[in-house]
Amino acid sequence: MTIERKKVDAVICGLGWAGSVIAEELTRAGLNVLAIERGAWRDTSTDFPPAVDPDELRWQTRRSMTQPMSVETTTFRNRPDQKAAPVRDWNAYQFGWNVGGAGTHWAGMAWRFNPWDFEVRSKTIERYGVEKTEGLQLQDWGVTYEEMEPYYDRFERIAGISGKAGHLNGEKITGGNVFEGARTRDYPTPPLEDTHWMSKYRKVVTDMGYHPFTIPAGNLSQAYVNPLGITMGPCTYCGFCDFHGCGNFSKSSPQACILPALMRRDNFSVLTETEVLHAVKDEDGQTVKGVNFVTKEGKLGFQPADIVIFTAYQMDNVRLMLLSGVGKPYNPATGEGTIGRNYSYQTCSSVTGFFDNENMNPFIGAGALGVQIDDFNADNFDHSDLDFIGGAGIMAFNTNGRPIQNAGNVRPGTRRWGTEWKKAYARDYQNAASIFCQGTSMPHKDAYLDLDPEYKDRHGQPLLRVTFDWNENDQKMAKYATDKAIDIMKRAGAVDIMVDNQAEESWNPYKQHSSHTIGGAVMGADPSTSALNPYLQSWDAHNLFVVGASAFPNNGGFNPTLTVGALAVRAARAIHETYIHNPGPMVKG
Amino acid sequence: MNRRQVLKLFGQATASLAVAPHISAKELHGFPHETALTEDHLPNPAQTGRFRVLTKQVDRDTLSAVYDRLIPADEYGPSATEAGCLEFIDDQLAGDYGSGKALYLEGPMDRENEIKLLGKPQFLATPKERYLTGLTALEAYSQKHYKVAFAALSPDQVDEFLLALEADTIDLGKDIDGAALFELMLQNAREGYLADPIYGGNKDMAGWKMIGFPGARYDYRPYLARRGEALNLIPVSLIPND
Repeated sequence: MTIERKKVDAVICGLGWAGSVIAEELTRAGLNVLAIERGAWRDTSTDFPPAVDPDELRWQTRRSMTQPMSVETTTFRNRPDQKAAPVRDWNAYQFGWNVGGAGTHWAGMAWRFNPWDFEVRSKTIERYGVEKTEGLQLQDWGVTYEEMEPYYDRFERIAGISGKAGHLNGEKITGGNVFEGARTRDYPTPPLEDTHWMSKYRKVVTDMGYHPFTIPAGNLSQAYVNPLGITMGPCTYCGFCDFHGCGNFSKSSPQACILPALMRRDNFSVLTETEVLHAVKDEDGQTVKGVNFVTKEGKLGFQPADIVIFTAYQMDNVRLMLLSGVGKPYNPATGEGTIGRNYSYQTCSSVTGFFDNENMNPFIGAGALGVQIDDFNADNFDHSDLDFIGGAGIMAFNTNGRPIQNAGNVRPGTRRWGTEWKKAYARDYQNAASIFCQGTSMPHKDAYLDLDPEYKDRHGQPLLRVTFDWNENDQKMAKYATDKAIDIMKRAGAVDIMVDNQAEESWNPYKQHSSHTIGGAVMGADPSTSALNPYLQSWDAHNLFVVGASAFPNNGGFNPTLTVGALAVRAARAIHETYIHNPGPMVKG
Repeated sequence: MNRRQVLKLFGQATASLAVAPHISAKELHGFPHETALTEDHLPNPAQTGRFRVLTKQVDRDTLSAVYDRLIPADEYGPSATEAGCLEFIDDQLAGDYGSGKALYLEGPMDRENEIKLLGKPQFLATPKERYLTGLTALEAYSQKHYKVAFAALSPDQVDEFLLALEADTIDLGKDIDGAALFELMLQNAREGYLADPIYGGNKDMAGWKMIGFPGARYDYRPYLARRGEALNLIPVSLIPND
């Protein structure tokens, strides 16, 4: 006996940032919306108030807020000719596991992508010729930065992002990011303040002729009221952001920024601890009818809807597409099929410097607290004489001084235990500082997602299989960016340096630190190479929309959240301003 | 620090809220009101006083011998067991961590392939099982090679053993990966030494004092402008003061 529910105008699968943004837009436009979320209800002041939030063991070490592998994991291999293995323990991926999704435990770095990122193929050919794209599976997004600007602006207003404009109405502004795409307005709140390490880094890179700026943050520098009438408070630099909630209403999250307004609307409701299994295709072959779901208690149900919107984590959006049988799975041998195509990770490296007799006070931190240079990000520098495209943001950050997490941050060559380690950690805790390179990652034909033939989740559905390794372009880029970071660290006066360039060895999810996975259900103007049109509408079922970092055909040298939020606003506007008046494909394939 | 009082406090909080329904698998319409702190939102203070996993004296002695060389007593602070790491790990192993609740433990396990792809061994055994079989193997190894209990080895002998275990040159039998056991014990010893004292270790916040971490503080804004200064903040923990 399955649960039959009343039809809704739109069903949202996954209530994180993307789901919350879309639900807010659609309910304001008068649609009846139901969200289905497999995690539990979690709220700011009750579930992670300052009284329980500063708890590293629980939230960071044991990751009590992220989805356990026992609920769903992935399998992994480097190449299509290998047999994949299930990933059994905590790893790079950080799926959300509550109402609010990964938007509850994220750090808060709130970037717009660089204009080049959206048109990587055309712009690379335009500047360097087609030979520069060889070996990569480059494709444009079907939307430009200029078209995205109003939606970025809207999401920054919702989230209250702190920062300083560097490119405002055609004018470059010192102190902001002069390489950013043109903005129409400054950030809603001013930038966060510098720590000791940030001010040191700022001075060094300025002397080197680079252009430092404070990272735009979803950790608010002051009190703020957003367009939904919701009040946020100033960040206290407590150092418990990433992996943690924020009970101080100062980290942007669906809980802090959207749910207080959304939950009070009569035309919205949410099913918690209920998991969408897949969408159900209609006999017409052009649409879906709704979604099948299973409750925590194991009861199956069907939710009929005129519009279905997948807003799960990037990986799960792709998995839901595959499980629903919408679109053709990508085949790396033939290049045919679109679902799973252009999966990519992010090319990261870190350079830790050890100083003598400093007081870095690393515990003064916030998830997005840092200074960056974009002089070597995207296509902001000339690649004519370089054998790669893309680049990395190079940042000095102070996200946390959490003692378990940092216990390995001692000078290279130190024994990891005994008095030698204690002596080193007692000294280096205050003397270590890090530079992080967060780089672009370019798509490659052999990097993709599909369903694993062997391993299943707790409901007996196949796990997602990740096939990925670094491509040559990204390895060369990472080496170039890492060398720049080492150069900066030396000039800053570090007496000892520890380098972790993740792209030096074959990729695996235990070695990496970034959770910024992208692609697999990408947007684009060409249905033969993209799963979605530029409004994130499925080419294969016109009432199905898929919103998340799964839509990125390539990864920028930035955190993904702001772009996810902006795409969500854009998709929602397209739905309630255009689609509902004339349901059908909004772009001709 | 009075752990018993803390336990009592959290016990009362939980009991008084037991009447409030815990929200699960249901439709929320309107802003939910019954969301005050429920049991799963509060931290679970360590239940100490009796060992629940390390019930055998020999296991406790063996693990103490290991932990206290990983983190010995010296001028930088107390040893791991003096700081409560044994109580910490016993409590952890008795709970969700020990039972591997978060892990993917479905077979089949192709051990070689998993190591090749993932760069380290994975296990179908839970952390609790790995500890118990590992400690038994350590004691057996000592009896065989040193002819005494592991706990009777000299500090230098334990160091020598741990260096070899870390370097993966000790054979503890076909079912035990020695190097992985070393990593597990090192990680947990550090956790016990550096986690909030509410979990049974880091007694008197000795681990935090060693490095100068101020603990579960809420607001550093007053110190932001004092860049590069030694702030000498006294640490605070999640355990209420009185």
